[in-house]
Order: sequence, then C-alpha cells, then structure tokens
Amino acid sequence: MTEQLTVDQISDTEIVMTRVVDAPRDLVWACHTQEQHLRRWWGRGNPLDVEIDFRVGGKYRFVEHADDGNAYAFRGEYLEIEAPARLVQTFEFEGMPGHVATDSLVLTEENGRTTVTTTSRFTSKDDLDGMVGSGMADGAQRSYVALDALLRELTA
Amino acid sequence: MTDRLSEVFAALADPTRRAILARLTEGEASVNELAAPFPVSLQAISKHLKVLERAGLIVRGRDAQWRPCRLDPEPLREVATWMEQYRRFWDERYATLDTYLRDLQAPEKETDR
Repeated sequence: MTEQLTVDQISDTEIVMTRVVDAPRDLVWACHTQEQHLRRWWGRGNPLDVEIDFRVGGKYRFVEHADDGNAYAFRGEYLEIEAPARLVQTFEFEGMPGHVATDSLVLTEENGRTTVTTTSRFTSKDDLDGMVGSGMADGAQRSYVALDALLRELTA
Repeated sequence: MTDRLSEVFAALADPTRRAILARLTEGEASVNELAAPFPVSLQAISKHLKVLERAGLIVRGRDAQWRPCRLDPEPLREVATWMEQYRRFWDERYATLDTYLRDLQAPEKETDR
C-alpha cells in the first residue's frame, strides 16, 4: 500500500512535502544519505549514477538514465547534517542551471515508521520555475484534479 | 511569462487573498461585497485586489461605478500543474523507496532463483 505524499505551499517561496515511510528512522536516514541505498531508489527504478561526498560542504550529483533515452542530472551541496533527524541540502536540476532550491529534511519516527518532512525554499521566486524544469520529463498536462484540490483548499 | 508562476505563488501566499478567491469561486462580487467579511479597510482590500489582478487571478469589470471582480482560474491551473509535477517527481521516488525498503526489511527468504 502506497502512502500519501502531500505538497503544500507555505509562503511565496516555500513548499512543504510530507511522506510516511514504513521503516525505522535510522534506515530511512541511510537511504537518503548513502550511495548504495540511493542508487536503489532515487532513480525511480532507472539506472542512477551516484557521486556523493556526505559531509557538511560536500557535494552530490545524481544522474538518472531514464527509459526515454534521456539522462537527467541533479546536483547539490550538504549544508547541515544532524544524523538521523535533520538534513539541509541544496538541489539543482542541471537542465535548468542556476535555479537552486534549499531542501530541509526532518525525519521523525513513530511506531517504527518514519515521517519525512521536506521544506523546499526557492531563493528567488524565479527559482520555482527551475523546479518546473525538473518535473518536466512527463510533459505538462493540465491537472484538473490538482486544480480541484487547490480550490477545495481555498474554500476550506 | 515564466514570471507569472512566481507572481501567482506570491498572490496565493496571503490568507486574505485566498479567502477573496474562495468567495469568487461562487460568482462575481463587488469590492464592497468582498470587503464585508474582513475586519480591514476597503483600501487594504483594494490593494489585495490589485495583487490578484496583476497575477491574472481576477478580472475587473469595466463599469467605473461597479467594477465587479471575477475569478480567472487559468493561473491557478498553472500553479496546480506545477505542484502536481513537483508532487509526482517525489512520489515516484518514494514509491520506489517503499519497494526497496520492503525487500531490505523482508525476513531472509530461502530462494535460489
């Protein structure tokens, strides 16, 4: 059974994403920070090159070889590390260089399950557009479902 | 045009403006009607309406006396599309993580396939 992933806008430059993962926090932390684990999931099942220097000031680079024949590269730098509870890193899609988001991940454990709360802060409002470039592999189809959800939130 | 998304995000970041939009989903309304539920000046509401208008979220009628505001859902749709892309980007990854963790935590199975 797949958990619900929620995304909400919390300010004009920040969105927050929450996701529950059915595993203890130490393991979920390892999955987000260690090469052998990242390789197995971050590419959505596609082959993934992982370069990672996991320390404050260290950098990472992931290249996903998608089945549409394209390679999608992402990179960033680790700004703060508090294992296994908090991680702050930058995130940039190389297809739209210069649009850098700062992602703060907070991991909390309850009954052996872990909630990952990621706050993405875009340094300028334009950087939202950089993220648009990276969702983008799937082509932008208008999502009336999402619109309905947004309107529901507006009318709540 | 790429700037519009940011503008819409900024417009939506304010709860009063969200409430105004919510009211307009029920139909057009005058500035006075829009201001009624809020404990703020008409001037403040007018400012909010200007922000919403700049973001393309509302359209004002031409009539100088009574310039009704109407919701234009198109920019909302763009934001919704953007949010949906962001959501899908991570949703696919976490779904794969679920599968990976299930395998990782599964009790050792004796298979020689």
